[in-house]
Amino acid sequence: MSESPPLSPIRLHKALERIWGTGPGWQRLSAVNHTVLGKRFMLTAFVFFAIGGVLAMLIRAQLASPHAAFVGPEIYNQLFSMHGTLMMFLFAIPMLEGLAIYLLPKMLGARDMAFPRLTAYGYWCYLFGGIIIVASMLFGVAPNSGWFMYTPLSSQPYTPGINADIWLLGVTFVEISALSAAIEITVSILKLRAPGMALGRMPLFAWYMLVTAMMMVFGFPPLILGSILLELERAFGLPFFDPTRGGDALLWQHLFWLFGHPEVYIIFLPAAGALSTIIPVFAQRRIVGYHAIIAAIVALAFLSFGLWVHHMFTVGIPHLALAFFSAASALVAIPTAVQIFAWLATLAHGRPRFEVPMLYVMGFFLVFVIGGLTGVMLAMVPFDQQAHDSYFVVAHLHYVLVGGFVFPMLAAAYYWLPHVTGRQSVHRISVPAFWLIFIGFNLTFFMMHLTGLMGMPRRVYTYPSNFGWDWLNLLSSVSGFILTMGFALFAMDIVLHFRFGRRFRRNLWRAPTLDWAMPTRPTSYAFASLPTVTGHAEEADPDTLGPQLAGGQGYLGFVRKNRLETLGVDMTTGRVEHVAILPSPTYLPFISGALTTGVVLAMLFKFYIIALLFALATFASFLFWSREKGEREDCGPIAIGKGETAPPDAEVSGPSAYWAMVIGLAANGTGFAALLFGALYLWLVAPAWPPPQIVGPSLWLWLVLPALGLASLASRWAQGTNASGRDPRLQLSVGMGLDIAALIVLSLALAALPDPTAHAHMATMAALLGYSWLHAALGLFCGLNALLRYRWGYVSARRPLPLRLNLMWHDFTLVTGLLGVALILAMPGLIGALEAAR
Amino acid sequence: MKRARILPPLALASASLSACAGPLSTLDPAGPSADAVANLWWVMFWASVLLFLLVGGLWALVWLRPGFGRSLAPMRWVVLGGLVMPGVLLTLLVGFALYIGERLLPHALADPPPRVSAHGIMWQWQFSYPDIAGAATTPTLHIPAGAPVDIVVTSGDVVHSFWVPRLAGKIDAIPGHRNVIRIQADRPGTYEGVCAEFCGDGHTTMRFRVEAHAPQDYRQAVLEAAP
Ligand SMILES: [Cu+2]
Repeated sequence: MSESPPLSPIRLHKALERIWGTGPGWQRLSAVNHTVLGKRFMLTAFVFFAIGGVLAMLIRAQLASPHAAFVGPEIYNQLFSMHGTLMMFLFAIPMLEGLAIYLLPKMLGARDMAFPRLTAYGYWCYLFGGIIIVASMLFGVAPNSGWFMYTPLSSQPYTPGINADIWLLGVTFVEISALSAAIEITVSILKLRAPGMALGRMPLFAWYMLVTAMMMVFGFPPLILGSILLELERAFGLPFFDPTRGGDALLWQHLFWLFGHPEVYIIFLPAAGALSTIIPVFAQRRIVGYHAIIAAIVALAFLSFGLWVHHMFTVGIPHLALAFFSAASALVAIPTAVQIFAWLATLAHGRPRFEVPMLYVMGFFLVFVIGGLTGVMLAMVPFDQQAHDSYFVVAHLHYVLVGGFVFPMLAAAYYWLPHVTGRQSVHRISVPAFWLIFIGFNLTFFMMHLTGLMGMPRRVYTYPSNFGWDWLNLLSSVSGFILTMGFALFAMDIVLHFRFGRRFRRNLWRAPTLDWAMPTRPTSYAFASLPTVTGHAEEADPDTLGPQLAGGQGYLGFVRKNRLETLGVDMTTGRVEHVAILPSPTYLPFISGALTTGVVLAMLFKFYIIALLFALATFASFLFWSREKGEREDCGPIAIGKGETAPPDAEVSGPSAYWAMVIGLAANGTGFAALLFGALYLWLVAPAWPPPQIVGPSLWLWLVLPALGLASLASRWAQGTNASGRDPRLQLSVGMGLDIAALIVLSLALAALPDPTAHAHMATMAALLGYSWLHAALGLFCGLNALLRYRWGYVSARRPLPLRLNLMWHDFTLVTGLLGVALILAMPGLIGALEAAR
Repeated sequence: MKRARILPPLALASASLSACAGPLSTLDPAGPSADAVANLWWVMFWASVLLFLLVGGLWALVWLRPGFGRSLAPMRWVVLGGLVMPGVLLTLLVGFALYIGERLLPHALADPPPRVSAHGIMWQWQFSYPDIAGAATTPTLHIPAGAPVDIVVTSGDVVHSFWVPRLAGKIDAIPGHRNVIRIQADRPGTYEGVCAEFCGDGHTTMRFRVEAHAPQDYRQAVLEAAP
């Protein structure tokens, strides 16, 4: 295909908009565009933030005076549990995802994220999951065991109702969507950038998001696994956390905080990324210490996985072990201080100008530094043993999260809102809004440190008046309403901005990043043609670059075969590697999201057969995704403009989908590692061991490995056959037959286990086999998908991706199956050895 | 009995102590353990005030005196403020806190302290006295004053947390586990305790009282205590 003659900017715009745009009316449900979905994520997150805020007001109303009778403990427990859950899972995480989805392609010089349909599916899962969680409040059955759901309180005997199930299923639903977003963000940053943008030239925001997304990839699986195990315990009596049957309440705490501590940095880092983008613009100087900041955030990411135990200083772990975690917790202050001083140095060496976003950055500085200082205090074991679970911690965590996330997000809102709307504010309501929020926040939470030191435990619904807490609580409650007024004013300002904002031409803040080298409001395709990055991406010149790109002078400044195209690059060097072909708007993500919601609802009400049917329907809908998109012929390198060519994504060895599988398997493997950790942890630490009966090797157990091994071999055979240009369908069918054989063998091995509800030993062994069972079933799906894609003409020797993915999945299933079976076979020996040692 | 305070700001601290007094106040310590932590707190508090003023002052100077920081090279800012300063301060602090923490542990003593069992159930504490034959289980914790006591903390259902703020930090009561915390009340008197870990609808009311008796009266007081 030869290059089309250049179009005028207007005609190019119309041609691109026609294929990239989302239609009006009901067609909005078919949106897969990152600009549309990024805005939806952020708006939805803000709505959940408002709901969470209302809950906070109810909490403060109850605590305003001693002996208050506004609500009783039954309602109060739901209020604080829901406040935490909403703010953490339905506000902070989706908000940062929305910001990343909206900004990343624009900052990286790409036209969209790597998997637009997955973005949309993730959005629908988030929205529907969020609605389930919030709706539970209307029926008075909201989660009531606190946002970290400590067992055994959240287990069946002590929370018999549906409340805890709503948390476990709803939050897991939202988390799986967040995990898929994390995979997508990682791949998009690594693969879909402007030509020439080597890793070392990437804007810092992309670095921050890359580190954040990787942390999500490794941080979320332990929580997802823990939630699944707890739901299995609640629904089917598998006693993973029940101390009377070989489980341990502390296992939940480890799994939860293994996620929960990195979570704090997952929330903080994107906000810091926004700050690292905004501060240089207003300092009118490049950021100080670009490489030092990258080193700091990578160090932060690693450290944050090594200090979850500082949430558990009072559970009775030996002091020397605590000392290690205490030192590690103190150590995270260093990479944080590096960033703070890099920002200060940027301002000190620049020519700072004070605009509204900087006002909110100031709020961040003052509030977050206090949160950081109290964080170091809490890292000290003896002090934490006093302050833990008191209002001191409540004050600390609000200083960290509001200082480290909400204030930067408000700064980001005022900085990027003109980008979203193409308007700038005329009313300066942002200033009084800031002072109300800033003063209201500090009055609410500063003295709360003292409330905690004076002994007020968190999560009490009322208090007598002889403890000296009365005036402190009244102050917090009254000030909380000032804070709320500030947020109401902010919301009003946003509405006025949309309605009355004044239009501006281009690059309002004179920013040096690519996100401003496009029309604002942004078009659906972001860039009419893609830029080349020759220097550092934070030293771009949007004012001259924008018109050039709009005129089609960059790469891909044309429309070909009505395809949505952007460029894929080599991860490190940023040289052009392929043309990524993205999907058009489609209703399928909405349909799949609705079907997945059916699975969750059916499980919630314990209709497991219906849940299974919905799960099958969901996977069937995924096959339609598969049918919609692909290339039916080998075409070799195609023109990308500027006289250069690149092959389409289906014909290269490392397209986005391949890397998504690699990272997805890394996340999956982390979940499996957490399961192995759980099995060994219970063996080593849990009370009520040894078990009354020990799982011995059954015949079926021995057959699991050959079955999985043969299925993996068949996948390899199918891939080889296809690579040599022959029809792989026979081999794929054999592989699927072997998957079914593996499922049968695994089912029989499961049936041969002693009653898994009797003891955690049996339950963990059943969970290991169940994990393999699930993966064999998904392997069957991978094989079917490859078979169908071959049939639809999407596979050839040069376009082998579905067969490669099928093989990767089967190899992963084999390795995890091997480890699982090995542990089961080793367990009798391990139990014996430990008993002998005792 | 007034403990010697180790740093000058602590004099000011003790002046503000009266405002911080309360039956559950960690800043009104009545035993060596809580006292050590209160000292640690005041050290950290004043250090934090200084650090906050430093960062806040730098922020203000950046705006009020543009260019004031140019004499210090950009990376100097990052190295001095981001690495050197926190590196030194944190090393000192972690060492100090580790030293305090080690001293508070229930180490074996030549004269083993009496043991009292604290068993948490939804939503009350049951205290029993294995060292004293014939003692009943009591809802109030009785301890001898002026000497350490080891409290063996267990749970019969969900996770609770044993906390007498004026005497010591808290320790969780976890079903299936057995934790020990050493507490000491310097003088006879009544102290308040709470359950610190959220444990359901009755969490708020899961409070208890500690009565510290003169050592010579202790045994008798336990035997006479009403269940
Ligand atoms: Cu309790």
